[in-house]
Amino acid sequence: MENIIQINQLIKRFPIGKGEFTALKGINLTFGTGEFAGLIGPSGSGKTTLLNIIGSLDMPTEGEAIVLGKPISKLSAKESAKLRKESLGFIFQSYNLLQVHTVFENVEFPLLLLDYTTSERKKMVMDALEWVGLTDKVKSKPPQLSGGECQRVAIARAMVKKPSLVLADEPTANLDAANSHNILQTMLNLNRELKTTFIFATHDEKVIGYLKRKIFLKDGLVDHEEWIKK
Amino acid sequence: MPILIVAVGVAMSVFLHAYITGLMNDSIEMNAKLSFGHVKVVTKSFAENISQMPTDLALLETTALKEKLSKEFPEVAWVERIQFGGLIDAPDENGETKSQGPAIGIGIDLLSAPTGRGGETERMGMAKSLVRGRLPENKGEILLSELFSQKLGVNPGDKITLIGSTMNGAMSYYNFFLAGTLSFGVQVMDKGTIVADIEDVRLALDMEDAATEITGFFGSGYFSADLAADVKEKFVSNFPNPENDEYSPVMLSLKDQGSMGQFVDLSNTMGAIITFVFMLAMSLVLWNAGLLGGIRRYGEFGIRLAMGEEKKHVYRTLVYESVMIGIAGSVVGTAFGLFFAWLLQTYGLNLGDSMKGSSMMMPTIIRARITPVDFYIGFLPGIVSTVIGAMLAGVGIYKRKTSQLFKELEA
Ligand SMILES: Nc1ncnc2c1ncn2[C@@H]1O[C@H](COP(=O)(O)OP(=O)(O)O)[C@@H](O)[C@H]1O
Ligand SMILES: [Mg+2]
Repeated sequence: MENIIQINQLIKRFPIGKGEFTALKGINLTFGTGEFAGLIGPSGSGKTTLLNIIGSLDMPTEGEAIVLGKPISKLSAKESAKLRKESLGFIFQSYNLLQVHTVFENVEFPLLLLDYTTSERKKMVMDALEWVGLTDKVKSKPPQLSGGECQRVAIARAMVKKPSLVLADEPTANLDAANSHNILQTMLNLNRELKTTFIFATHDEKVIGYLKRKIFLKDGLVDHEEWIKK
Repeated sequence: MPILIVAVGVAMSVFLHAYITGLMNDSIEMNAKLSFGHVKVVTKSFAENISQMPTDLALLETTALKEKLSKEFPEVAWVERIQFGGLIDAPDENGETKSQGPAIGIGIDLLSAPTGRGGETERMGMAKSLVRGRLPENKGEILLSELFSQKLGVNPGDKITLIGSTMNGAMSYYNFFLAGTLSFGVQVMDKGTIVADIEDVRLALDMEDAATEITGFFGSGYFSADLAADVKEKFVSNFPNPENDEYSPVMLSLKDQGSMGQFVDLSNTMGAIITFVFMLAMSLVLWNAGLLGGIRRYGEFGIRLAMGEEKKHVYRTLVYESVMIGIAGSVVGTAFGLFFAWLLQTYGLNLGDSMKGSSMMMPTIIRARITPVDFYIGFLPGIVSTVIGAMLAGVGIYKRKTSQLFKELEA
């Protein structure tokens, strides 16, 4: 299995008032292609910070994260935008859908940044909505959908361009048990069928139950890891 | 929704500007119509003693002079008027003096068909001001201000006598029938004004083919300082007075008379200040609305950036959208503002009694006046402020780390 992410001695400090706060204190991790892994830890342990750096939404203070061969700390704004546009998908706790746009338009959005024709986009969006079982809600707008449906739209949006890597930060935090299992099963299927790498940040037992690799964070450091045999 | 906010703000700006313009103009126009005109021609000496209304310094051969003025300045409506002072004597049944009072008189064309030559009765709003009786229909009929008629104890139909002095300085007596009474709604006018037909006044004061002034009104119906200056300049070259003759005609504009110059300037300044302050306030509101509108969308920008859109592009679309919103809001707002201003211009708002007792010549009906400025004045706060607000909000896209934009949303 070839490495999709290589993290070396990663340190992240945030300025707080006059001093600073060290959120990540020296992380070393490697992820292979097609992993279904999770960063697990209590609130404040640094899960989101690490996920944001992997997603090139934030910069390391020291050390390096190499994602798909790109050293995050050395990327220009333009280069990191290109990396996100072409290869990364994000799923957030609060869905972050565009409220005034339809389900179709929300899912189509990432494709507009890439060079696809209208008919290509239409097919890709419909495929993605089929993966998450929302083909009947194409014309709905987010306010008309349930929380579970919104998160499925967000998954479709993250998956529509078939990215190599999907980063999901507490994707089930706002969902009930049934919906949580439903979307996790969906993501697991996509992981199998498309070989997409998934990295979660979570402290939800339901999510943890699906993970193939559990990375436990504590106070900005990797505490220990667990691998689940296939 | 943001379009609506912009539209409301713009509509208010446009309407207020038209309203202020109208308010200032109405006061000026009322003064112009009742006494000052937009421009007037008088003799040089009369101009120098204008407050005394010296009929002995009146213009002569005014019919010819008026014709000449009409030919030179066809865009101005010229009317002859006589302003004079006198005493009104109300006799009892035996012809003895019952009461007397000093009067300021104005002789205008009341009788020529249909509403007086040059539309004088209409210009002065006589029909609306009439309290009792009717407007003069025959020679020898006169109008008194209502208050004055009460003071004298006279009623329509009564006989009254004007005691004045002729152009040659002799005492003169002239009998009138009181046709009706007027209320101008202006204290200075209501105290002791008489309005008579100019031909009667000429007979009474021995002013054959004379008038104290030939008053001109601009075709637009509004005073314009620029036009007045043009007309005056042309007048000076067409009616030269090389010998500096006392009785030669000179031209005065509205601004040259009494405190009207100051009043016009003050009105303009006040209007400009009020408009400026309001526009500033409106700009701040819209600027803020634009800013808040942008900030509220940080979550959206965050997700767009996460999906790989470039900051530059997000920023540009934000500003571009705000331009569109600004333009659309300004167009809609200007349309609505103009519409409401037009309503107020056409129908007016009658303040009626609330203005009673004012010693200034202020009109009782408030009207807006739409000027060309109103068509674009709203675009300033409408577009500029909205766009600046959006641009400032957009700076946050650059200033903040992308990850921070989400925090903003979750908070
Ligand atoms: N932008 C920031 N500025 C200051 N402190 C931050 C910032 N982001 C995160 N932190 C701090 O870093 C620590 C880790 O945060 P985070 O990665 O969000 O934890 P988790 O996602 O595991 O709950 C927390 O103590 C948090 O307060
Ligand atoms: Mg977190």
